Amino acid sequence: MVDFAIKDCALAILATGRRAQTLRELRDILRDVHPGCIYHHFWGTLLRPQFVDREYNNDFATWCHHNLHDNKAAERLAVIDPVDHPDLEDLRQELLEVIDERLDETELMLFARADQQFHFARSVIVVFDTHRRITDPREFAEVLPELSVGSIFYHFIDSRRREPVGVDDFRAWLTGLGPQYDDLCDSLAEVEPYFESLFLLRERLARLFSEYFAPVPVGKVGGGSK
Amino acid sequence: MTAAAKKVSLLDRYGEHAGQDAIDQLRQLATLLDGLKVVHVNSTRQGGGVAEILEKLVPLMQELGLDASWEVIEGNEDFYTCTKSFHNALQGKSLRIPEALLREYEAVNIRNAEKMRGVLEEADVVFIHDPQPAPLLGHCPQRRGKWIWRCHIDLSHPHRPVWKYLRKFILGYDASIFSLDAFAQPMPHPVFLIPPSIDPLSEKNLPLEPAAVRKVFEGFGIDPDRPTILQVSRFDRFKDPLGVIQAYQLATQFVPSLQLILAGGGAADDPEGEVVLREVREAAEGDPDIHVLSSGHYSDRTINALQTGADIVLQKSLKEGFGLTVTEAMWKGKPVIGGDTGGIRLQLLNHRTGFLVDSPEGAAMRIRYLLFERHRIRQIGDNARELVRQSFLITRHLREYLTLMVALTHGNEDRIELG
Repeated sequence: MVDFAIKDCALAILATGRRAQTLRELRDILRDVHPGCIYHHFWGTLLRPQFVDREYNNDFATWCHHNLHDNKAAERLAVIDPVDHPDLEDLRQELLEVIDERLDETELMLFARADQQFHFARSVIVVFDTHRRITDPREFAEVLPELSVGSIFYHFIDSRRREPVGVDDFRAWLTGLGPQYDDLCDSLAEVEPYFESLFLLRERLARLFSEYFAPVPVGKVGGGSK
Repeated sequence: MTAAAKKVSLLDRYGEHAGQDAIDQLRQLATLLDGLKVVHVNSTRQGGGVAEILEKLVPLMQELGLDASWEVIEGNEDFYTCTKSFHNALQGKSLRIPEALLREYEAVNIRNAEKMRGVLEEADVVFIHDPQPAPLLGHCPQRRGKWIWRCHIDLSHPHRPVWKYLRKFILGYDASIFSLDAFAQPMPHPVFLIPPSIDPLSEKNLPLEPAAVRKVFEGFGIDPDRPTILQVSRFDRFKDPLGVIQAYQLATQFVPSLQLILAGGGAADDPEGEVVLREVREAAEGDPDIHVLSSGHYSDRTINALQTGADIVLQKSLKEGFGLTVTEAMWKGKPVIGGDTGGIRLQLLNHRTGFLVDSPEGAAMRIRYLLFERHRIRQIGDNARELVRQSFLITRHLREYLTLMVALTHGNEDRIELG
């Protein structure tokens, strides 16, 4: 059995100097902007300051809602799941299609305030090994609360882009251990990665592992392999 | 206690505020930079936000195993007159700087380069803070490290002729850093975004005993037992102190016991500030519950006490850079009502960590709401403090500097995976 290597990561954010004030400008810039911008505004944004819960899973949708006040565009952009797309270019095409569709159907040209333009940014992700290893899934219950949010981001969110099957690292590892953890994997699959802060996500994952491996009270049937 | 033990205690002290996970992450990230020779250069050892940050950032980097040091350039009166004009012009003020002052600015940098050249050329990474030492790069031709220009100023609408003059000194850097995307200027090198931060261990932000807070309030003739709103800022039109008074007056119709404190620095060298202060005094005249504290420089501890003792803090700016006074108040667990502008937007999330408003009426409504639903003061204040803990403490600032150094010293890939 291969140990689970706990890694950590941190982002350095870069400005591109490109800004949009209308949906059309957003579309025009999206056509040729650095693919790192697409990554940043879908995935990197989750590692940036945020509080409690987020309404939308990417910066494009958030901007359309809060700054352009175009809720239809916001909702349609928000429903795009980046995991459904094999690479960033495919994701870019989906974004362009959704925006073009919205531009075709609306006669309004909505402007954001000059000081509320969409600023395209990209990020450099630095991944490093914590040299901490997990040999038994039970250890996660204790270890998860001590991990940085960078580790949570790397293993639970960034992994969806790295893994060919687009799942988190915990499920990928547990699956390799055999079918006895299938129900734990099902529970992990139900955890939404986009709608709460990484701090809350860390708590949720720790609780999930902790409850799964909790001793079964006498007289009750169930629990994991545990 | 040994020197080593003292060093360890600084990181651990930050761990008490930022969380042990954040400190562990810093330690691991720093192992990738072990022994790296890092030099920071600015124009003052004491006073001002940059010196305050470096006072802590440099020892923290040292404790993490980096060979970090801090150099300060020495200037004369003309030099500082010139760089003060730079500061004002970069923040949008239209002015002309005499040629003689510009020549002195360049000459001071040449003289400082003579003294610092050895240290700077040997360094692996050099951080040049703000415009004062920017020309040093051009006088260190044998430099072997990466040079980064760190801009702490709101450059969103610079006076173009002055920016054009300064820009030529900055083009040759390997990277630059701005505090917000709105401040970033196009450059031929990578432009990083790193928001500023507050120091939880500074006099401004350390927790105070209730008795100490009462003493400060009573010293100014303010009743510590009545509801109080506060704005800490210069007497500047962009901070809208008259709008704050209007909001207070609207709110007192429903909360007659309300008090307002407007605390700001002296305006002796700022003619427009004096005009604004006079207008503020006129607007406050006849109301003993408006306390205009403008008599000079209040200590960090005094400002801390006012923020700690207030029920609600306002920063009703019409234009704002990042708004660190907002961050400071949030760290003290206060709901902040702020203008919907600049970096305030990054910090205040309606009903969660505070309120964004666009008018005195909006501010008055939020004041009334919070004083009526007083449990919300605690809830929103707790959220505000947690947001600052996660995102705006100096430990996050340090992590981003470390990440940037790893990125610059390991090539310019989008993804850097290290063992």
